[in-house]
Amino acid sequence: MNTKGKITGIIANLVIVETEGRVAQNEICYIKHGQERLMSEVIKILGKKAYIQVFESTRGLKVGTEVEFAGHMLEVALGPGILSKNFDGLQNDLNKMEGIFLKRGEYTNPLDLENEYEFKPLAKKGDTAQAGDWLGEVTENWIPHKIMVPFKFNGQYKVKSIEKKGKFKIEDTIAVFTDADGKDHKVSMIQKWPVKLPVKAYKNKPRPFKIFETGIRVIDTLNPMAEGGTGFIPGPFGSGKTVLQHNLSKNAEADLVVIAACGERANEVVEIFTEFPELDDPRSGRKLMERTTIIANTSNMPVAAREASVYTAMTIAEYYRAMGLRVILLADSTSRWAQALREMSNRMEELPGPDGYPMDLPAIISNFYSRAGFVYLNNGKTGSITFIGTVSPAGGNLKEPVTESTKKAARCFYALSQQRADSKRYPAIDSIESYSKYLEYPEIVEYLNENIDSKWTDNVHFAKDTLLRGKETFEQINILGDDGVPIDYHIIHWKAELIDFVILQQDAFDKTDASSSFERQSHMLKKVVDTCKMDFEFDEFEEVSAYFKKVINLYKQMNYSEFKSDDFVKFEKAVEKTLKERRVDKTEDKETFDEEKKPETKKSEEQKEEQK
Amino acid sequence: MEQDTRAFQRIYTKLFQLTKATISLRATGVGNEELAIVDGRPAQVVKIIDDIVTLQVFQGTEGIATDAEVVFAGTAPVLKVGDDLTGRFFDAFGRPMEGSREIMGKETEIGAPSVNPVRRKQPSEFIPTGIAGIDLNNSLVTGQKIPFFADPDQPFNQVMAMVALRAKADKIILAGMGLTNDDYLFFKNVFDNAGALDRIVGFINTTENPPVERLLVPDMALSAAEYFAVEKNEKVLVLLTDMTLYSDALSIVSNRMDQIPSKDSMPGSLYSDLAKLYEKAVQFPDGGSITIVAVTTLSGGDITHAIPDNTGYITEGQLFLRKDTDIGKVIVDPFRSLSRLKQLVIGKKTREDHPQVMNAAVRLYADAANAKTKLENGFDLTDYDERTLEFAKAYSEKLLAIDVNIEMEEMLETAYLLFAKYFSPEEVGMKQEYVVKYWKKN
Repeated sequence: MNTKGKITGIIANLVIVETEGRVAQNEICYIKHGQERLMSEVIKILGKKAYIQVFESTRGLKVGTEVEFAGHMLEVALGPGILSKNFDGLQNDLNKMEGIFLKRGEYTNPLDLENEYEFKPLAKKGDTAQAGDWLGEVTENWIPHKIMVPFKFNGQYKVKSIEKKGKFKIEDTIAVFTDADGKDHKVSMIQKWPVKLPVKAYKNKPRPFKIFETGIRVIDTLNPMAEGGTGFIPGPFGSGKTVLQHNLSKNAEADLVVIAACGERANEVVEIFTEFPELDDPRSGRKLMERTTIIANTSNMPVAAREASVYTAMTIAEYYRAMGLRVILLADSTSRWAQALREMSNRMEELPGPDGYPMDLPAIISNFYSRAGFVYLNNGKTGSITFIGTVSPAGGNLKEPVTESTKKAARCFYALSQQRADSKRYPAIDSIESYSKYLEYPEIVEYLNENIDSKWTDNVHFAKDTLLRGKETFEQINILGDDGVPIDYHIIHWKAELIDFVILQQDAFDKTDASSSFERQSHMLKKVVDTCKMDFEFDEFEEVSAYFKKVINLYKQMNYSEFKSDDFVKFEKAVEKTLKERRVDKTEDKETFDEEKKPETKKSEEQKEEQK
Repeated sequence: MEQDTRAFQRIYTKLFQLTKATISLRATGVGNEELAIVDGRPAQVVKIIDDIVTLQVFQGTEGIATDAEVVFAGTAPVLKVGDDLTGRFFDAFGRPMEGSREIMGKETEIGAPSVNPVRRKQPSEFIPTGIAGIDLNNSLVTGQKIPFFADPDQPFNQVMAMVALRAKADKIILAGMGLTNDDYLFFKNVFDNAGALDRIVGFINTTENPPVERLLVPDMALSAAEYFAVEKNEKVLVLLTDMTLYSDALSIVSNRMDQIPSKDSMPGSLYSDLAKLYEKAVQFPDGGSITIVAVTTLSGGDITHAIPDNTGYITEGQLFLRKDTDIGKVIVDPFRSLSRLKQLVIGKKTREDHPQVMNAAVRLYADAANAKTKLENGFDLTDYDERTLEFAKAYSEKLLAIDVNIEMEEMLETAYLLFAKYFSPEEVGMKQEYVVKYWKKN
């Protein structure tokens, strides 16, 4: 028998309910408003009064209306059929809803109960099993979707029976388990899990040690993300947060993409809806949408469901991680979620923390970030959730509570700079302000040098130093004037510009330049670093910018050309030729250039020539 | 629905709490957000605790006595929608202004639910305005929402009217919030002179009306817009001016409701409140669309203030007006302006080289800004610096100024002419293929 109650007060979407029995914190309940049932969540209990936040508009609600408690927290349904779906924050399938406008109180089943899947058992009768163990497998789109022992199972179970290979609907019983007390439990392909609790069905969570390729040079080369790592992108509006996130979802080296559009623009979600089914996944050759799930709670949808949306997304990501997949989870924007918390805290008349946010905001945020990570599953396989969230700091001021709390939780910081955005230097990540803690992990450094290039991290640090020196000298030039500084200053400045234009800047809307493989990045970084290490001679400072612009332009044409294509080689040769015009060979430096790098590149070019 | 079943409407006459904007009384069976008439003035339910109902009186509570008559309407605020709206001006409650006749139409609750995101279509239709500062650098798209960020002394209403008239919309819906009477008359005259009155619907709250009434204006306008866009599949352009005054009204209300203010004394829900309006901009699959052009006035160009800041996070870009002292005209600032949806049309609905031309010109204009700083600091300019400065002036005059009115193609041609006049192709740094195809040889 579920507890019932009656409404005694309404303040915007906070409703006070007089209850007649047991209620639990975060329990779900439904308000029976005429024919509509409005979903809500308990957020505070005072004596017999439960304070609930309604996930819908509260227009027209009256005192005395009946409320029914559901006896569980907010849960999501996990099973085959989640991929390619467009859910709202409460995991309703948006495509199943009728009409143009969202109807209040309309909830749809997240999964397709009628679909049949070809089930292949992986466990057998008599096996012992625990939560998260793989029972069997079905194919979802092209991903091997593991059917797992429900995460809610506690302790050791024995497989009493399991179905043989065959077609099943997701609600069909596929196995029966016996627990330690000898009680039987039927299991289907669906399981439910409360979103606010992390799924812990894995053996351990080591420090991330692998690099996570995103195809974005300023991230991969200068501030790399680790597989199972966390990062955040704060930036004022118009600095390109969303474009960057979309680009990440398109090109990142993940098996699955989960996108939580939390309190952001609807047209941005529509862009994903429209483009992803058309875009080819560079890794599988299939359509991007086949490996993507979208949780959309746009800014005009009910505020309370915003919080739910990020948790729903995280839980779905955890579910797929437990299958041994690499998941990238993107949330845009976590600030909107924090604002939803603030609105509610305000209505409950809690004492506010900084900027009116609830006092426990830092704890909530770091708790959430800690659910990401690289894990070893109980069967020894690995899975990961790489999480990147955006933050929309008020007024672009990074000293606000959401940014500061996130900074403590996330390991990578991608600062978007208004100045770079204004001068259309995209992606507008400020490479000097940004950092990746992973670049300090010895296991990551080793991984990079082993898998990409033995000189990789040296080159990266050299590039970073050059950028910093370039910034400093540019400030000097601005203070002292063009002719008030030695010509060398101009050269240093322009070397930094070279790195900026060729490595940092990337055209997200150009087919070729949008994504760059590590192989290509390694090639370009080596080239550019070599160029920066060269000595040049100029008589007048005016010549410096003109010359470097020419070099940059040729390098950019390389970026626009298919890697190692005829055009690419052509522009690469043109770069070499232009560099020869001004380059001074200092004999003592000759070794480093000529013996180590030059012959290598020349040789490869010759090879290409021969191929033609 | 519900009021029809009521045999009579109960009249309450015992008010026990009055503040500047709200009244409280004991009443039962009242719905949240329900409309009521308090002493002849429209009011709305904002809070119910047990049998104590708090109402917000839009016009203010001056002179209301503790025995004033309160009658509940049984519904949230409604607007009668129909073709009858066309060519007319209404007040914040949807009542015809200047004593004209009542309108015929279907009663619709304002502030209706949002569009299911999967039922939206991706905007893809370019809206030419003839203003190169907009079309070339910040192209508008149907279904977009974009505000002008402008200081109060800038001619934003004039530019907005110009954009509205040139945009070839089926309907133009003007939501005037805190509009001065002069500006109201200006809009009326401009639309009248252009022979566009038959395409106009206006919801007007002028400075003469109580500020809190403004809160209803955008919802009224957008409900009308939804009618034309959904029922009639029309392209609707909604003009919201001025959203800063709207937000000020929000802060007045939240203040009187004893809410904890967040940044700049604005309510903590400002983002959601504004998003609920702006997100009504939509492209429907059946061809109807709602495009929102708004005005957010700034104080001294400060975009970090809570109102422009939250707006920027919601809208798809912003248009910045600025007076360029070099040419003595108002221009659309290429640095601070942005149209996020332009990527959907430029180079696709417009000529292929449009994105590159746009970026190159803005980059050169940025170089000019650097040169200018140098000049101001008393440094010598290089030959390149000199050329960028001359380019910037010509670019401002021929393309950025708001009095420019030319076709897209001509904008691109003009840009190439300016490039060729002052620079070499290497300095402009565009894709080789476009240089070959379009570069003007002098």
